[in-house]
Amino acid sequence: MPGRRRKPFDFSTATVLAISVVSGVTVYWREGADRFFTIFRSDVLLFGNMMPKMLAGCLIGGFVTLLLPREVVARLVGAESGILGLFIALATGAVLPGGPFTIYPVAGAFLAIGADAGTTIAFITSWMLLGYNRALVWELPFFGGSFVLWRVMVCLPLPILAGILGRTAIRALALRMEKSP
Amino acid sequence: MMLVISVLLWMVVVALGFMAAMRGTDLFRDSVRDSVIEFMRLIPRIALGVIGSGFIADAMPQDLIVPWIGPQSGMLGVAIATIGGAATSGGPVVGFSIAAAALKGGGGAPQVIAYVVAWSLFSIQRIIGWEIPSMPPRVVWLRAAVSVPLPLLAAATAMLIARP
Repeated sequence: MPGRRRKPFDFSTATVLAISVVSGVTVYWREGADRFFTIFRSDVLLFGNMMPKMLAGCLIGGFVTLLLPREVVARLVGAESGILGLFIALATGAVLPGGPFTIYPVAGAFLAIGADAGTTIAFITSWMLLGYNRALVWELPFFGGSFVLWRVMVCLPLPILAGILGRTAIRALALRMEKSP
Repeated sequence: MMLVISVLLWMVVVALGFMAAMRGTDLFRDSVRDSVIEFMRLIPRIALGVIGSGFIADAMPQDLIVPWIGPQSGMLGVAIATIGGAATSGGPVVGFSIAAAALKGGGGAPQVIAYVVAWSLFSIQRIIGWEIPSMPPRVVWLRAAVSVPLPLLAAATAMLIARP
């Protein structure tokens, strides 16, 4: 992975760890060992079930990084405007793997080569809401399959909507700017 | 359903792996190695969040979650969850742990969806740390502004479309 390397344990992870330990002790002390181990077992099981899918998500991420270089994506999205541009932005935002350190430079590149802000907004929104990488690797172990599937389904039209809203706002803004002396 | 998804997923892995291998065995091997290392590095953080959120949900008093963002809280609960999601700072471990704890602790699913969507769209750390340095601030603020209705829309749609 290029860019910033993440330590396996950062500050926010440490906070979650501290709260989890306190909560675990509270459950054990208040409700007994049986309850403690019931919760523990069900969450370990959920996590174990999702591990192969997380691995698949990581491998797909690695292969897509190799097969679909950022420059190609930037050219693809930057060149197309109109509604089609929004759909291309949605598709590329959803398939492009990686964290913010790969996504934002690509988004910056769109703007640099002439993509409109609406397309860029659709791309970023798609990465945030539909990115398979985050859904597979992060969301699945926390929520399980049917919840994540549902969440992604209801979010499917949102990047396009955000793009259209962005374009509309820009047009409205430009109109007002023209009217002012 | 999950089995079908798993099979499809691994078919994608095999197909992409094959295409990557065509580019050269060394590139393929590096790519697999990097992905596996990434996976190993993620395991402890995600395992902690998943297991921790179960305990947090159980240790938290029920009446802290249910009246605010429970299934009966409606669009007001969605609005509360949206504000909570936007206000959550920290990485995915924090965001998803809170969301999972809320869901396990009796939060309504559409409300939790609103939380996750709002957190994804407005994470202030990501906006300041990554978005503003790589894009004109005007575009960043425009993106944030047009994103305001999205968590509410996602939750409203979730109320209409039943969970699969």
